[in-house]
Amino acid sequence: MASETRDTARPSAPGGVSFSLSDPTVRAVFYQILVVGIVVAVGWFLIHNTLDNLSKRSIATGFGFLEREASFGIGESLIDYHPRDSYGRAFLVGVLNTLKVSIIGVVLATVLGTLIGVARLSSNWLIAKLASGYVEIVRNIPPLLQLFFWYALVSESMPPVRQALNPIPGVFLSQRGLFVPVPSADPVWGQMGFALAIAVIVVIFLRRWAKTRQERTGQPFPIGSATLGLLIGLPLIAYIAGGAPTALDVPKLQGFNFVGGVVVTPEFFAILVGLVVYTAAFIAEVVRSGILAVNWGQTEASRALGLDSGRTLRLVVLPQALRVIVPPLTSQYLNLTKNSSLALAIGYPDLVSIANTTLNQTGQAIEGVAMIMGTYLVISLGISIFMNWYNKRIALVER
Amino acid sequence: MKSGILAAAAAAVVFGAVTGAQAGPTLDAVKGRGFVQCGVNAGLPGFGNPDSSGNWTGLDVDYCRAVAVALFNDPTKVKFTPLSAQQRFPAIQSGEVDLLSRNTTVTLTRDTSVGLNFAPVTYYDGQGFMVNKKLGVKSAKELNGATVCVQAGTTTELNLADYFRSNNMSYNPVVIESNDEVNAAYFAGRCDVLTTDASGLAGTRAGVAPVPDDHVILPEIISKEPLAPAVRHGDDQWFDVVKWTVYATIQAEEMGITSKNVDEFVNSKNPEIQRILGTSPGMGKALGLDEKWAYNVIKAVGNYGEIFERNVGLKTPLKLERGLNALWTNGGLQYAMPIR
Repeated sequence: MASETRDTARPSAPGGVSFSLSDPTVRAVFYQILVVGIVVAVGWFLIHNTLDNLSKRSIATGFGFLEREASFGIGESLIDYHPRDSYGRAFLVGVLNTLKVSIIGVVLATVLGTLIGVARLSSNWLIAKLASGYVEIVRNIPPLLQLFFWYALVSESMPPVRQALNPIPGVFLSQRGLFVPVPSADPVWGQMGFALAIAVIVVIFLRRWAKTRQERTGQPFPIGSATLGLLIGLPLIAYIAGGAPTALDVPKLQGFNFVGGVVVTPEFFAILVGLVVYTAAFIAEVVRSGILAVNWGQTEASRALGLDSGRTLRLVVLPQALRVIVPPLTSQYLNLTKNSSLALAIGYPDLVSIANTTLNQTGQAIEGVAMIMGTYLVISLGISIFMNWYNKRIALVER
Repeated sequence: MKSGILAAAAAAVVFGAVTGAQAGPTLDAVKGRGFVQCGVNAGLPGFGNPDSSGNWTGLDVDYCRAVAVALFNDPTKVKFTPLSAQQRFPAIQSGEVDLLSRNTTVTLTRDTSVGLNFAPVTYYDGQGFMVNKKLGVKSAKELNGATVCVQAGTTTELNLADYFRSNNMSYNPVVIESNDEVNAAYFAGRCDVLTTDASGLAGTRAGVAPVPDDHVILPEIISKEPLAPAVRHGDDQWFDVVKWTVYATIQAEEMGITSKNVDEFVNSKNPEIQRILGTSPGMGKALGLDEKWAYNVIKAVGNYGEIFERNVGLKTPLKLERGLNALWTNGGLQYAMPIR
């Protein structure tokens, strides 16, 4: 695009009414209008052509189907769902399931990836080689095959539900998944959440205060232990004040399956482990390259200033490494989220799986695919915006 | 992987003036191309399944061949496209296949908002349940709380939900896209119950189960599943060809004409037989086909009974009785409209 800075210096044509493409201002505006016009025209043509083709084949269009009754079941859901609910709610169940596996997956993949990345740089020959072996094997096998592997592993290696393993009282492991007891519903859990929220707010203010005080007086404040104390202490007080309930909702075998407690299904396990293991291999490489990118002289200089090795890593190496790590890490987070659409192959009800069922029952493929694309776009842009913000925060401040 | 096909199909509808946009283009396109593009099941023994040497076999597959014979007098003029349950509608809508012969249940929404026209029913089926004998379950009414393996994007998924709802029972669905993976999950023990059309259960038990006798199909049939070939809206002539090809096979059985004895009937004095076999002309012309179209179909593929017995009948591993699929003259539902 022509820049606007050059032509402001130049006086516009006398009277300002003449139209000449040799005038940079006019030219810039003209081409911009032309490009916008072409984009709009192409968009209009595509929409018109689509509607035309669809109506010629008498295929229904529009999003009205979202309010109709879905009448299919979904295996696992974070919110209440019943086949009598609408397609719209079923889709929401899918979106939440995708977010669930993505968020947990991103956290675990980051932890595992960082460990492996650091391990590759280890001076211990065995650890370094094991880590390289992991990276090379895992990242060179297509993720779909890895998912089938993990899913088959659970189905084939676990005992049938009636011979479920019972490693700890109340915990059952079988082909139907991992059933664990959870505390029974009690108002105290809500109060503990409230206490935790208060603790978070107090911690934020405390950190700010501690930082200003240290800058002013040079006196450090034991902020780490104070944070920990507040985050654990306040909810604990709420728990004890609420009568410290100990009742557990323990799963027990009833009919065909376990009832009660919380279940980690084989499908969720397979998709989560598959994505984490696969993405961690890439994150390991990102972390390794980030650490290698920081000049050894930085470490030496920091030691010369008298910082110990922990502080050197935390205050000198890591902040600089993060600047290199964060942008490619963002891509890996996006990849993990998008790869979660492979869940369909192993029966985890993610958003693609549910949208596919919906579009198959309603025949409205274009709307269904558009909703899938739109949702991934929103999730991915959300991750991008957050990571860009974080990247800016940790960027080197140049003076 | 699979959204790939869906996206491609959707893109075809968005960008293209796809085949099927004008009146009557499918038949012209098929004739011009010289072969029929037929969407079939990727692996359902008895209906659509490649055999050990890679040839497609099955009842649905034979109807693809029958249409190819009616048009080109050559059963090899078919390009088979294996489709999952979810891929099938985008594939037919976008023109990727001309004919969908993939154990597809006729329903109102598929006829209307999906934009299909259904040819006569080639197999009257119903949804059933299969369980492991060890569970000791005798009736579907005892399945409260069971985990059920089901293929994604089928009427089966909906009937399952309806059945458990109407009987006030709960269930855990495990919904997987590929039929093979659904079966694998069931036989590995992930689910208590496998549900699909009863014919499909018979095929799976015979062809996929490690030990067929370990599994039992429960007596309840919970739905009507009339399976029929389908074409997309917009070409009535093409629809006619498919429809009357199916009727011709049924009518032939009713008259006792088989692939082996069809030549003996060519000189028959019976005017009905003369019309079908093209001895007295008119029917082929009306359909825009060769006058010997039905003769060729019967000669190459056989009548309905032959197709049934060859693919799913008592001498096959599926061992299915004719049941509802017997001719109307034998107390079944197969009834061809008059060819005249």
